[in-house]
Amino acid sequence: MATVLEPAKLTLTDFKGKVDPDWCPGCGDFGVLSSLQKVFAEMNVQPHNVVTVSGIGCSSNLPGFINTYGMHTLHGRALAVATGVKMANHNLHVVVTGGDGDGFGIGGNHFIHTMRRNVDLLYIVMDNQIYGLTTGQTSPTSRKGMKTKSMPYGNVEEPINPITLALAAGATFVARGYSAEPKHLMDLIKQGMVHKGFSFIDVFSPCVTYNHDNTYAWFKERVRKLEDDPSYDSSDWHEATKRALLWGDEIPIGKFFQRTDLPSLDQADPVLEHGGPLAHRQLRIAPEVVRSFVSELM
Amino acid sequence: MDRTFAVAIGGAAGQGVATPGDIFAKIFARRGLHINAYNAYQSIIRGGHTFLTIRAGIEEVTSFGDRIDLLIPLNQDSMDRHLGLMKAGSAVVYNGDSIKPGVRTHGAQLCPLPVNELSKGSRSKVEQNTLALAASLQMMNVDFEPLAEILTQQFMRKGAKVVTENLDIARAGYDYAAATFQPFASPLPMRDTQYAVLSGNIALAMGGAAAGVKFYCAYPMSPATGVLHWMAAHAREAGIVVRQVEDEIGVINMAIGAAHAGVRAMCATSGGGFALMTEGLGMSAMMETPVVVIDVQRAGPSTGVPTKTEQGDLWQMLGAGFGDFPKLIAAPTDILDCFKLVPEMHNLADRFQCPGIILGDLLLSEGRSSVDPVQLSFDTKIDRAELIVYADPNNGSNGYERYKITESGISPRAIPGVPGHMHTASTDEHDENGVLISDEFTNPVKRRAMMEKRQRKVAGIEAAVLPPVLIGSSTADVTLVGWGSTKGVIREAVEILNEEGISANQLQVRWLVPLHGEAIVDILKSSKHTIIVENNYSGQFARYLRSETSYVPNGHIRKYDGEPFMPHHLVEAVKEQLAGKAKLSVPMHEIMV
Repeated sequence: MATVLEPAKLTLTDFKGKVDPDWCPGCGDFGVLSSLQKVFAEMNVQPHNVVTVSGIGCSSNLPGFINTYGMHTLHGRALAVATGVKMANHNLHVVVTGGDGDGFGIGGNHFIHTMRRNVDLLYIVMDNQIYGLTTGQTSPTSRKGMKTKSMPYGNVEEPINPITLALAAGATFVARGYSAEPKHLMDLIKQGMVHKGFSFIDVFSPCVTYNHDNTYAWFKERVRKLEDDPSYDSSDWHEATKRALLWGDEIPIGKFFQRTDLPSLDQADPVLEHGGPLAHRQLRIAPEVVRSFVSELM
Repeated sequence: MDRTFAVAIGGAAGQGVATPGDIFAKIFARRGLHINAYNAYQSIIRGGHTFLTIRAGIEEVTSFGDRIDLLIPLNQDSMDRHLGLMKAGSAVVYNGDSIKPGVRTHGAQLCPLPVNELSKGSRSKVEQNTLALAASLQMMNVDFEPLAEILTQQFMRKGAKVVTENLDIARAGYDYAAATFQPFASPLPMRDTQYAVLSGNIALAMGGAAAGVKFYCAYPMSPATGVLHWMAAHAREAGIVVRQVEDEIGVINMAIGAAHAGVRAMCATSGGGFALMTEGLGMSAMMETPVVVIDVQRAGPSTGVPTKTEQGDLWQMLGAGFGDFPKLIAAPTDILDCFKLVPEMHNLADRFQCPGIILGDLLLSEGRSSVDPVQLSFDTKIDRAELIVYADPNNGSNGYERYKITESGISPRAIPGVPGHMHTASTDEHDENGVLISDEFTNPVKRRAMMEKRQRKVAGIEAAVLPPVLIGSSTADVTLVGWGSTKGVIREAVEILNEEGISANQLQVRWLVPLHGEAIVDILKSSKHTIIVENNYSGQFARYLRSETSYVPNGHIRKYDGEPFMPHHLVEAVKEQLAGKAKLSVPMHEIMV
């Protein structure tokens, strides 16, 4: 009888990337990266079984800073690329990381459709309510009135609420974290990793360089954990929507909503039901099937 | 191609032009006749005018031809539009109760069917179609049995009663024609061989299945939607995951994601959708993840004429994606070639880890052709080249570098899931390990090295593809140069010219990138008179050839009215140009469709 050896317990170092992050000192994204690395290590997921996919932006550089398979794709397109990866090999953990401009602006269309498809991905948005890499313009989540280089007299547009948008689009796991609350964030990431379906975590990740409105001090006064309210039921979509609309002196963070009764896209696709990941299947089609294709034309 | 017989069916969309068309095509192909079919239609679900031409012959039929032998107008409009084109020896079969012939014809036999009388008791709305079909086949000397067989197959799902009703109507039409109309003077002989009837879109889809495509995604767009339809209908049997995506940007990115994870991935669209894909095309080149994109051209610019054909996307393909990167572009030359080209393109895209573009058009994608079923072999070569799917247990990562600098420019590609080969595939410029050098670490030496590494693939690509060859006598008076779908009509025009005493030959270009411009110029230099034929306004191929080689032909034949060339268009234009009357001919499409 062969002895099955448990793989050695992984540590944060196993997930350290080839280069160090190039973010500004104090950037909220550091907290998100280390939370992600710690969760991977704690869950003992093998680095080669994870694909971290991003678009473009400060936070989208994350795949280069973590030791997994990575894809640094086009601005706004990470979710579409990640869907392709997941469908081609549904045994991989696919984690998508990016910013608010990438995900809710240029990538808004993919965001909505990936949620309604319930693709089994973990999507972490490092939401700093500003465009950072392009040196400080208004983003879809910038508060109304906020002055930026692109709207020097103040933003006249209403911001997007990513949580209500996700709830309306049919996301099956919807949460909000805060990068300065790493334990709470790690717990959300862990739950999102385990959730079979689309897991969305919008993370407040302050930009210390360009956003002087939504600072660490600003968030510290306001964030309240949903988990601290024992009466809160995250399976209640209507209650989740009510809480998601709260914004002001109190801003809820935590798991707003989760449902586990819907199949993920790979579970719903009949071709993936048997035969394992597509990427490892035979390329040739059985001769009798080919004959039936040709006979349809006769 | 003189022994051919062309049937044309005209009517409003929704009147059921397609069904009798399919039945004619199947009856011809099942009886050993070659066919070529083209449907002229509009972007409308009900109404308008649809005109389907099915041309059969004892040899390969390469175009829908110049002449209609049998016209079946399903409404007055079709009768009025086309009766004037009918020549002596032809016939017009129609519902005599509701349609009246207008313009007097030049010896065409008018065959009105008393539809109400013949179909008494029937509640079928398409009885006039079945009657006309049966009467026509009788006049072509086809037995009743093959029609009975197809009608039975067609209506089996609706129950025995519907089958009997349709067979009775068909029988009535068949017998009425035998008693009333003159049969065609020289009907086509029938043979024992059987051919498959293939459309270009089905050929492209089946080519993908034969190539081992496991992921196909698309956004519906005419005239490429047929590829999605075949893929979706056969997904389960073929083991292909087929996704309809929110837009073409999503399509190409999803396809590249799937390809990156290790499958062969493909997508198809038309010019407008392709425009949305171009940023993704550059991503494929930069990440060195192969993807195959099919662009089925329709008349542009912008939304253009969605149901009409054109070869107007060439420069879009050549310029697709900013920056310099290697890519492959080929235009299938006929419907069977749509099937053959797809696996070839996948093999090259895999080998050179770059995007491959197949440039078809509506003429091929929605046209039909008879094909020897032996040609539809799925045993074609599948070569995934330098792909690492499993780790070598003895070697571990072996110092793996995803973008290793090599002489060929090709670096072995590990797919996610392989232990010890983790790397980031990046759209930003990166080093051998995939580490970004675009921002903080910009390094001109590395940037240059990576650029040159990718561009070195171009030499390999050129060596992997053969240059085009001249078809016909090398001493001909005139050489017709075409690319892609014009092969068949040029071939027929060349035959007609030779029969009429003007010696002509043909150079048909299939590979656009790599072009092999020098080889093309070597051929054309020894030609006496060269004319470039293309289905667009500005001579996109002529301009491309000139930009690559400085070569200027003696003349051009172009057409941009949405309809394909007919053989006589080319013949007349060649004569006009050889007589020195024109250097640019733009034939008029006489059939108003």
